[in-house]
Amino acid sequence: MREERRIVVRVAWDRLFSAATALLSYLSLIPLFLILYYIGRRGISAVDWDFFTSLPAPVGETGGGVSNALVGSAVLIGVACVLAVPVGIAAGVFLSEYGKSRLAGAVRLAVDVLQGIPSIVIGIIAYLWIVRPMRGFSALSGGAALAMLMLPVVVRSTEETLRLIPSALREASLALGVPRHRTVLKVILPAGLSGILTAVILGVARISGETAPLLFTAFGSPFMEWNVLRPMNSLPLMIFNYATSPYPEWHALAWGASFVLAVFMLLMNLVAKVMARRWKIRF
Amino acid sequence: MEDTILRIENLCAFFGDHRVLSCVNLSVPRNKTTAVMGPSGCGKTTLIRCINRMHELVQGASTTGRILLHDDDIHRMNPIVVRRRIGMVFQKPNPFPTMSIYDNVIAGYKLNGVRLGKAESDRIVEESLVKAALWDEVKDIIHRKGTFLSGGQQQRLCIARSLAMAPEVLLLDEPTSALDPKATSRIEQLIFELKKDVTVLLVTHNMAQAARVSDYTAFVYLGELVEFGPTEKLFTVPEDRRTEEYLTGKFG
Repeated sequence: MREERRIVVRVAWDRLFSAATALLSYLSLIPLFLILYYIGRRGISAVDWDFFTSLPAPVGETGGGVSNALVGSAVLIGVACVLAVPVGIAAGVFLSEYGKSRLAGAVRLAVDVLQGIPSIVIGIIAYLWIVRPMRGFSALSGGAALAMLMLPVVVRSTEETLRLIPSALREASLALGVPRHRTVLKVILPAGLSGILTAVILGVARISGETAPLLFTAFGSPFMEWNVLRPMNSLPLMIFNYATSPYPEWHALAWGASFVLAVFMLLMNLVAKVMARRWKIRF
Repeated sequence: MEDTILRIENLCAFFGDHRVLSCVNLSVPRNKTTAVMGPSGCGKTTLIRCINRMHELVQGASTTGRILLHDDDIHRMNPIVVRRRIGMVFQKPNPFPTMSIYDNVIAGYKLNGVRLGKAESDRIVEESLVKAALWDEVKDIIHRKGTFLSGGQQQRLCIARSLAMAPEVLLLDEPTSALDPKATSRIEQLIFELKKDVTVLLVTHNMAQAARVSDYTAFVYLGELVEFGPTEKLFTVPEDRRTEEYLTGKFG
């Protein structure tokens, strides 16, 4: 009888515990939905055809768009990818395939530390190393700062992805008399491709909202700019500048840009998810 | 003994300071099937991994002694050349997951950057799959992924992949341990036919399998080659007491 009551109490605790975890997880969703709701409500009305195709309107006029910031964001992300992706994948391959040396330990530590450095500090470094010597703000320096932020994500995800590939696959290739480097390039990397692409996409999502490192590198610009050696606008920079301005028209544009940025992030994460699932390789 | 293809002289193998094989001497006869039999952990897999120099890929692993392929010391040859002349099939089927059946078979050429004409690669693929007794089952789905095949078919695909390189010796590391009885008997039948073209060295912990498919059997116990001889003789009148005890199930 006593025994039975004890079990009833245990089951009750069990239920209570799972209910509590469920409740708290729903709570954690609330901020995200509040943000999406608020940005959507304020931003969606600012987004029309002009928003994507026109330049910002002069102060006092309504309408106008953020085409230059959209182009700038794309260019900055492109520059960052060109700089960070090859280096990141190479470092990831090194860590997973040759990762027992002392150098590998140092690289791993360095990458972890780099990941922890505040983005504004990276902006300052890019300012000192690139903007000052080149005597001017430029999209190139902004892209380099973003690349430094993206690099750790790509390195560690590549390493993790390649580590999960069964060693039986490496051995199969080596046993056919295939040299190590060809094994890595033609067997290991193709098998890990979806994971690496996912890592790149998540890296892009990570940097596309960064503002701080661009403040003193890409700087911002009211014009349409394609030249990477000149100052360039970007969505987060534009949001920062317009949201802190006193003009309601600019506030509307900033809300619209926030909305576009949030949707872009959402899409990137969805694409990464779908790709990881669709291209998953059966071993 | 007739034609010897592989001569192993005083081979010891180590993982760090730990000795897993001591002083193995063995002459493998050509175009025969030799079974390496013994309880798990006795060093039989290490023995064949020394032969295609896969053992040394493990960090801290090393060997002493000589292994001669014909009369060439494999430790003086480039490991890549050794592995092209001595093929290997592993415990678990491991076809390349990104490649079709066709590409898996000629993977040895493709991955090494050897360019083959269409006619020639078609010929190699068909011949290898026929030899591996898989051609009839896959000839219509040859451009599908190899990983869609059943476990036994995948293992025969791996055998075809090794045969495509026209190796002189084929090492089979417990090739049926991950397969069901039906697939196992298929592979055993195949091993029996393979020796026309290639010398087979088969690792197995399954005595019955050694008895069924091999011409010669080596019994390895605790890192030592206890006995080697024609299979029939070793199974009926073993010379060493330990062999007899293993065969009668006293240990192992």
